Order: sequence, then structure tokens, then C-alpha cells
Amino acid sequence: MALKGNLRDFTLAQLLNLINLAHKTGTLVVESPNESVWVFFRGGKLAYAQTGHEDGSLINILHRTNRLTTAQYRGIRARINGMSDKELGLLLINANYFTQQEILTSLQSYFIDTVRRLFTLINSPFHFESDLFPPEDKITVRVNLENIILESSRQMREREQLYDEIPSLEMALKFADRPNTNIHTLTLSSAEWRVVNLINPKNTIRQIALASNLNDLDIRRIAYGLIQAGLVELTKPEDSPNLSLLRGRPGLPMTTTQKSERVSLINRIIKRIRSL
Amino acid sequence: MQSVKMVVTGPFNAGKTEFIRAVSEIDVVSTERRISSQAERVKDSTTVAMDFGRISIDDELVLYLFGTPGQKRFDFMWEILSEGMLGFVVIVDSTRPETFREARSILETFHAYAPTPYVVAANKQDREDAWDLEDLRIALRLNPHVKIVNCTATRKESVKNVLLELLYSILAEMDLIAL
Repeated sequence: MALKGNLRDFTLAQLLNLINLAHKTGTLVVESPNESVWVFFRGGKLAYAQTGHEDGSLINILHRTNRLTTAQYRGIRARINGMSDKELGLLLINANYFTQQEILTSLQSYFIDTVRRLFTLINSPFHFESDLFPPEDKITVRVNLENIILESSRQMREREQLYDEIPSLEMALKFADRPNTNIHTLTLSSAEWRVVNLINPKNTIRQIALASNLNDLDIRRIAYGLIQAGLVELTKPEDSPNLSLLRGRPGLPMTTTQKSERVSLINRIIKRIRSL
Repeated sequence: MQSVKMVVTGPFNAGKTEFIRAVSEIDVVSTERRISSQAERVKDSTTVAMDFGRISIDDELVLYLFGTPGQKRFDFMWEILSEGMLGFVVIVDSTRPETFREARSILETFHAYAPTPYVVAANKQDREDAWDLEDLRIALRLNPHVKIVNCTATRKESVKNVLLELLYSILAEMDLIAL
């Protein structure tokens, strides 16, 4: 079945984590406005990567990773007419220009850099093709994804924490009755002052963001900072509909009913659902 | 007459209303309104308070199914709806990865309100672009013991299967508590 979406919604870290945990083999294709990137995985490990417009040949990668000077690059390039990457790799090893490990390290470094560049894409469609493989003449590597995932996760941690702490911008803020901080020594930035001026249980955080010209992330960052400082508290907007009437909805008195009665009740429901 | 309830939750347009409609013996009391936000105009109307379905179990017992509003701005309803529930179903649209993060957030919120058993219903599994169940499990960061069930909310048998899996989970948890 399909594994496709947009990095805006399903981050690269989540995607790599999925590929790693599910030991997937195939090619992740990420489309951005300027280029397409193909990243091949074998058994959940990074094996090969190619950016659309870049020359991903071994000779070019060795040059880009500073293993070859420009003069060496030009000299070798002139002599390798039609030679595949694997043939060139063997030639360089046999001629004692490089060890096998040095070539693999260069390739790993290049492929990891290609994946890292993907982290800058935040609104790009992707799809995973389980039957798409790199050209046979290319040299593949085996790189564990854990470190790459950790690095990207660090970048996203702040963002996620803010969204966890303030999941909805439809909440309001109110000043704490007893601030945990000495407000006389508090130093606020101009953006924070703009937010503080608008704090009122009648204003949702989203309304404050709009009025202060702040995006979702920045308003969360400021609100979280003010909450952590003990200056404000999250609260429900004052004009929320009064829904207390709904609180009387039926529920199962789980704490008082005997277990056998509860099991009997569930079994009655199971029997009825089966018969529907 | 005793009554019990289950909650059907999930992101906007995941299929909660259809899910309840598939098994309710009454016309679902739906509080749908036309969508005003352009960003959420995937469909024409959405649930703003709750959907309400009923299944008579026998002469003495009724099961109510409450569907939560899918849009974030109505999440103040969730705590109220979760009170006293037997368990809950989190419906996820398997074809829309952009909703997975929200589904995870809803799941955590509901579980925090009431730590009752739950199952994840992977809806729209009949579509070609649906994600695999195991890929969804990883994407939603579900523990191995959490059931993720193949679902097509428009099909009664499929919805029955999801509800039964939830009921089996409730029974299993009762056994655990007894231990």
C-alpha cells in the first residue's frame, strides 16, 4: 500500500524512524520546487542518495568531499571514459590511491549530507517506492539511521514541546492570581509586551497572535515563556458555550459495580453487537 | 434502564459521523453545520457539538455512541464527552498523513481525561492510497499492545468489528485489574 504524504504533515524524522523500524527497502522520493531527491534504503539502512541536479558519480563525490584536488579530479575524469562507479572504485583501490574504507566513508558522508539537506524542506511531497532501486553500477553503503534521526529530532524538539504544552490556540490566557515571579524585575521583549497587553480571558491565544502579527510557533513560544515564568495561566475562553448540562450524560459506575456484573454487561453488549 | 456510552473520536473528516451512522438504530442526532473555514473545506459540513447514536442492548441496557467534534476549536467538548465512558475509538483517516499528529494528540488527550481502554480504527483502508496498519502504528507511536483495526466506516460489519475489538479490550483490562 501507499506510503506517501507531505513533509509538512509527516516529518522527515518520523519518516526515517518508520523506515528504520519497519526495516524497509526501497527509495524515498522527495519532491521540492527546485529538485527531486532520491534516497535508497536497504533493510532500514541508508544505502544511496541522489539529488536531481547534482552529479552523483563517484569521481564527483570524491572531489566534493575533498578527497581529490581539482587537478586530480580533472586528470582522472579525462581518463575514465564510460567507466562505472564500481569499476572506478576498484581501479582507485588497486592503484593505491584510496583504500576501500576511504571510498565508502566519502560516499557515506555525501549520502548523509544529502539526507540532512532534506531537513530544510518543510513543505514537500514524498512517496516511498518499494520497487525502485539505485542503478546497478553505483556503490551502495549501509548507514544506521539512528544518529540522523536523533539529530533531526533535536531540531524539532522545541517545536513539538511547544505544541504539546499549548496544543490549542483556542485557549485563553489570564494573569496568575499570585505570580511566581517578581514582576518588578521582569524583562520582556517588545513582542512579549504586545502579547501581555492583549492578555484577557476573553481573547483566545489565536486572536492575540493575529493582533500581534505573530505566527503559531512564536505565539506559543511567548505564551509558554510567560506560563513558565508563572506570570500567566491557561484558561478556557470566557465566552465558551456553557455545556454543563451535558455533564449529566450516562456513564458506567465502574468503581461501584461488581466485577462479575461488569463482565456480564460487556458480554451482553458483545452479544448484541455481533447480532446487529 | 441502564445506559453506558462509548466515545468515537478522531481528527476532522476522519469518518466519525459515518462510523456511528453505520451501527446506530436511530438516525444519528447530528449537530453538523456548514464549514466556514476555507482551510477545513474538505467537506461541506462538520460536527460542531457531537454526534449521538444509540444501540439497544436489551430491555434494560442501552449503549450510546458519542462522536466528538473533529475541529480543534471544539476540543473543550472532549472532557465532558469522556466522562463515564466505557472506552473510546480513535478514528484515523489512513489516507491523510497530515492528520496523524492530531490523531496522536487527541488520543493522548482522551486517555488523560479517562484512562479507559481504546482502539484505533484505521479508516478508509479500502482506498488505494491508504497507509499500511503497521506503518500507521509507527506513525502514531502506538504501543504494541494497542489494537489498530482495519476499518471502513461506511460498512456496518467493519464498524461492528471495531466495536467488538474495543469490547474485548475492555474485558481483557477487567481481567488484568482482577489480577
